[in-house]
Amino acid sequence: MRETTPSQDLVRGIWKENPVLVQLLGLCPTLAVTNTVANSIAMGLATFFVLVGSSLLVSTFKKVIPHEVRISAYILIIATFVTIADLVLAAVVPVIHKELGAFIALIVVNCMILGRQEAFASKHPVGRSLLDAAGAGAGFMIALLMMGTFREILGNGSVLGVALFGDHFEPWVIFILPPGGFLTLGFLLLALGWWKERKSESARIRQWPHGVATPSREEVA
Amino acid sequence: MSKDLPQVPPDAESREDAGLPPDDPGRPEVSSARLVATLAIAGALAGLVIVLAFGWANPRIQAHRAEALRAAIQTVLHGPETVRTYYVTDGALSETPAPGADTITAEKVHLGFDAAGEPIGYAITGQESGFQDAVLVIFGYDPAADEVLAMRVLESKETPGLGDKIVKDSAFVAGFQDVHAPLRGVKSGAGAGGANEVDMITGATISSRTVIGIINHRIEALDPLLDAAAPVAGTAADASTRTAPGKNTDAAGEASQGDGT
Repeated sequence: MRETTPSQDLVRGIWKENPVLVQLLGLCPTLAVTNTVANSIAMGLATFFVLVGSSLLVSTFKKVIPHEVRISAYILIIATFVTIADLVLAAVVPVIHKELGAFIALIVVNCMILGRQEAFASKHPVGRSLLDAAGAGAGFMIALLMMGTFREILGNGSVLGVALFGDHFEPWVIFILPPGGFLTLGFLLLALGWWKERKSESARIRQWPHGVATPSREEVA
Repeated sequence: MSKDLPQVPPDAESREDAGLPPDDPGRPEVSSARLVATLAIAGALAGLVIVLAFGWANPRIQAHRAEALRAAIQTVLHGPETVRTYYVTDGALSETPAPGADTITAEKVHLGFDAAGEPIGYAITGQESGFQDAVLVIFGYDPAADEVLAMRVLESKETPGLGDKIVKDSAFVAGFQDVHAPLRGVKSGAGAGGANEVDMITGATISSRTVIGIINHRIEALDPLLDAAAPVAGTAADASTRTAPGKNTDAAGEASQGDGT
């Protein structure tokens, strides 16, 4: 497998391999708690904390943890960080903790987190594992924020509780209900697919006539 | 496709017996004792970290709950000067919980007094199943006048945009102010103007009925106790003969999110 640079480790999870928009991982919290921007930020931050903390420990102790019990050990580490996040949210922002309900505890079974431990942190040095986790966590948070902003604007006519429209605005309540999560994710994936296709189309148009491809930068150099 | 898959003989005891390559030839065998020890140590360390985190967070969580309850009591009793907490023990109100009872989870009511020492009413909590999950309600109740003073929902997970209007719809919440008990839910705008009518929320009938039901059921259960322990009207000194009121001290320290079910 081709070795990646640290910057690629960081950026990969944010866009090119975004956990939600590309890999379609962690959809349970993505669909359930993104009905407001505040909930999206809180869930994104909690997941970011758990992912980075777990990757730090898994990468640090990867040679100590026997292969046979690695998944159990990863889950134990992840569950510990989730419990800490749950307690901190309850102590610091009780209103948001109440809104997120059981979905904080369910971060334990977010396959995106366990996937990063198994696929990356358990095989790479601490520094690169942290960059990978930070990138994936940021990508997850960005996706949640996009969902939350879209849903709160249409479903409640506000952003972070601040009303954007006048009294005549009739909220599309469905967007803050569970079906709205599926609809919003569908729209986002549709827009992303359209953008990717358009990008590849413009790359094809840039080809020279007679089917000869544009020389790459390396060839030009 | 399945004919290409390696077939494992039913009597094979290992991958080698089955003609399959070993799981990972380069990985040394790890003893069961080491596997158990690894998970035991990891579990112990995780437990220690969680205990430390809980020790830090729990006082803050309890303080938030106490603050939420104190604010709710102030609201549903129209800003009492002092509040006294009573425990429901053995079919009567008592200033002390039953022996061995947990003060947090024990069933209790909060009696509020105004500046002149006159009793205002009781703040009572109740919890029943709503449309999605349990709904926890606190309401003020004046047993002398059989009147609900006000209501607030402390906890609910009702449907966002519909059932959660029992919390967010100010008209619905205000509809519980100074209403005669037992309450009767009526379709919004279709009431006859009765003193016991509360307009329900269109599209959230079950949630509305749940709130009304909680209040009626709690009043029905507690009314004989409250009547039997009717506070002496008059002055704070009168009240103190039975309650020795302290300024909101009892309720603040004994916030409960689940009593009165």
